[in-house]
Amino acid sequence: MYDVIIIGGACAGLSAGIYTGRRELKTIILSKDVGGQLAITTEVENFPGTLSIKGPELAMKFKEHAEKSGAEIKFAEVTEIQKKGSGYLVKTKDDEFESEVVILAFGLKQRQIGVPGEKELTGKGVAYCATCDGPLFRGKRVAVVGGGNSAFDAVEYLAGLAEKVYMFARRDVYRAEDVLIESVKAKENVEIMDFTEVEEFVGSNKLEKVKLVNNQTQEKSELELDGVFIEIGWESQVGRIKGLSDLVEVSERGFVVVDNEGKTKADGIFAAGDVTDTPFKQAVISAGDGAKAAMSAAVYIARKKGKEIGDVFSDRAKKR
Amino acid sequence: MELNDNNFEAEVLKYEEGPVLVDFHAPWCGPCQMQGPIIDELAGELKDKPVKIGKLNVDESNQTAQKYGVMSIPTLIIFVKGEPKETLSGLQNKDVLKEKLEALMK
Repeated sequence: MYDVIIIGGACAGLSAGIYTGRRELKTIILSKDVGGQLAITTEVENFPGTLSIKGPELAMKFKEHAEKSGAEIKFAEVTEIQKKGSGYLVKTKDDEFESEVVILAFGLKQRQIGVPGEKELTGKGVAYCATCDGPLFRGKRVAVVGGGNSAFDAVEYLAGLAEKVYMFARRDVYRAEDVLIESVKAKENVEIMDFTEVEEFVGSNKLEKVKLVNNQTQEKSELELDGVFIEIGWESQVGRIKGLSDLVEVSERGFVVVDNEGKTKADGIFAAGDVTDTPFKQAVISAGDGAKAAMSAAVYIARKKGKEIGDVFSDRAKKR
Repeated sequence: MELNDNNFEAEVLKYEEGPVLVDFHAPWCGPCQMQGPIIDELAGELKDKPVKIGKLNVDESNQTAQKYGVMSIPTLIIFVKGEPKETLSGLQNKDVLKEKLEALMK
């Protein structure tokens, strides 16, 4: 039995873990990874106090800080949540955990296209992070799906590694900075295919080819490729956890609705960071949100146990 | 231990005493930097057991990485008597890996 279960191990979750840990609340952080979007960011240049730092390095510092503050971290994907007694039961694939309070901090997931073969070939040629897996496709033929800044970033990066980089864009106008677009267009081994959508990823054990369609002419074609990087943004993953949307209020866009204390509609469930309907998605905002949700959670637990609320705010529980 | 294209056959494929866990990683990969210390800790805990644990840099040893179809990192593959028995991608907990290796030691 834990006081606090934090779902998610990036800026918001680890920051919440630092705060609950320091208040001697028995805390476990359940997450399938550490650092989330931060861990796949090359350089972070806007996290106060760090000037410039590599994403994974900052993520590791967060993790170390949370652990030193007393939070336990377990790599597991949460699949279900339900009310149990005065608290909650949280299930992962192999385990079950119980706590008084749950803090939702699992952020967003990379948007998928949703076509046949995509899921089956993920990790076998279909990838979602150019900077992570790109170098495995050195000298190969790859493509990037998308027309935004992150897609152009990926193309520019991959052009330096791969033999040939195609870009499949849905339209002929792009949502990226002009400088970046021009730089990508100037590369000899890059070919931008406008009005192009992927209909299917084909391959038995690994990606072999993609089936494409031109969304103007409806003309179909096929292209043999070793890798395809999907860079079409981020989306909510609230639906992944069974039972969650019955407990908390979820906005139209799939975000968990919170008040200015990080409280959700459900008693004892708090949320922080990109998972919430907060208007800006930034590492520093998530970290702040995490602290806020953790303090609200601490107040909630103290009230429940009939303790002095003052203790919660003083952070004197654990002087180190 | 450090594995590469040159020593892979001798150290992994020809190892008969038990399972071999290989961490396919690269220096540029964020999650790999988190997996690394977990692998080191595991190797320490299992050092007296009939099991081998190694790391392979996919950038330096891309022949081996390609041979086993590694297209996303970190990927962990457990070999038994020269054959890949189990493939895990993404960050893995120490206790999960320990359990899997212990089951394969018998």
